[in-house]
Amino acid sequence: MKTPNLLEPKLKREDELHAAFWEQIKAIPRGELIQNCIQCGTCTGSCPVSYMMDITPRQTVALFRAGHLEDILHSRTIWLCASCYSCRVRCPSGILVTDLLYALKRLAMDKKIYPEKFPVYVLSQAFISNIYKYGRNYELGLGIRYLLRTEPMKLLKSAGFGMKMITKGRMSITPKAIKKVSEVRAIIDKASQLGEV
Amino acid sequence: MEYAYYPGCSLEYTGKPYDLSIREVFKTLGIGLREIEDWNCCGATMYMSIKQLVGLAVSARNLALAQNMGCDICAPCSSCYTILRKTNRHMAWNPHSRDLINEALKAANLSYDKMVEVRHPLDILVNDYGIDQIASRIQYRFDGLKVAPYYGCQIVRPVYHFDDLDDPQTMDRLFDALGLEVTDYPNKVRCCGGMLMTTFEDVALHLNDELLRCAEDNGADVLATACPLCQMNLESYQSQINKRYNTQHNMPILYFSQLLGLALGVEPAKLGIDTLLVKPRDLKLKPLSLKVAV
Repeated sequence: MKTPNLLEPKLKREDELHAAFWEQIKAIPRGELIQNCIQCGTCTGSCPVSYMMDITPRQTVALFRAGHLEDILHSRTIWLCASCYSCRVRCPSGILVTDLLYALKRLAMDKKIYPEKFPVYVLSQAFISNIYKYGRNYELGLGIRYLLRTEPMKLLKSAGFGMKMITKGRMSITPKAIKKVSEVRAIIDKASQLGEV
Repeated sequence: MEYAYYPGCSLEYTGKPYDLSIREVFKTLGIGLREIEDWNCCGATMYMSIKQLVGLAVSARNLALAQNMGCDICAPCSSCYTILRKTNRHMAWNPHSRDLINEALKAANLSYDKMVEVRHPLDILVNDYGIDQIASRIQYRFDGLKVAPYYGCQIVRPVYHFDDLDDPQTMDRLFDALGLEVTDYPNKVRCCGGMLMTTFEDVALHLNDELLRCAEDNGADVLATACPLCQMNLESYQSQINKRYNTQHNMPILYFSQLLGLALGVEPAKLGIDTLLVKPRDLKLKPLSLKVAV
């Protein structure tokens, strides 16, 4: 009788791991700096939302270096980052932690690793479709579209707030397009075809 | 003295009081502000999360439009400020990025090669115009109003520009010159959560509760911001925070430019004071005694 090896699926051979690691690192600005991580935890300590993360920023770097990319892509961490850059400015090794998290977020979006109606994804999509349509953001439209797809019940709750903002001139009922919205669309179309920076 | 004005989408509506007060303050001080014609959204953090190149190229259209105006850009929204500066950094540091951004711009018959400096109005007012100059122009002085200057994230991070990363002083010094009592509190650069208020409300409510609490505990009467998203998060969610955490927050959240405008003698309505959701109570503003003519 064979003893099932429970550890096996988790294990990766070192050469596999390194190849995958270097492949991933190329996609991240100054990504090679993560080799210098000393696991001091300053990033986690500086992060205002790390208390809500399943994998802290320090652990993210450790897991990434160890080739466990999938674990990171399935975590809450990348979606919780508010882009405040506290980790980045305090990192004694100069690692661009925020940009690393952005890159991982883009990777997860690419691979569509998130639940359906996922708030971050829905919001991003609603936002960029506004820019494509009008060249600028349209706050009321963004709010309505976002809530319709994520929490329709909240739409009623938010109506009072919306009305208040409209009467104070701090929200517009109709969108306002820029004159040369065709220029913005041409730029977006072209940039979407090109490689990544 | 003139600047190319990039208001950004927020300042058109939710951040209207910021736009009004920046324009009034610049006009009163005689600093030129020419709006970049037909500017578009900077792309905010949204494109950065999807495809960075698209974000940078969209943002670069504004820089390309501004490059022939012959002056620095004035960008009051912290997010626009950071994104536009980030685009400049990509252009300057990485020839590959520069080529790709310009290739995308070419689709709209644009190109960007002269680097335009992107500045925050706080930096312009304090470092170009000068605090002494401002002090000589004020008509009113605050007397006894305690203000917590809140810098948030993106005007001090990620790259050092015009003020300290951990303990910035620009707003503090400006307020001091207006007679305001500046509250010393540890959270002046702590994050408000930004877009998390939409995507992970629980987390953002907690962050804002902490910010308000910290400013109150240290004696602030009002809190001053330099960013439309911070202002919105801190101001419009107070009742929700009060319900959830059983608190009594009722803190007016003003833009630094509104306080400056008041001291310069601009009518409150022209600064959008009446459009704030938490009404400021007595702002303790006193006219300066007339100087005796010799």
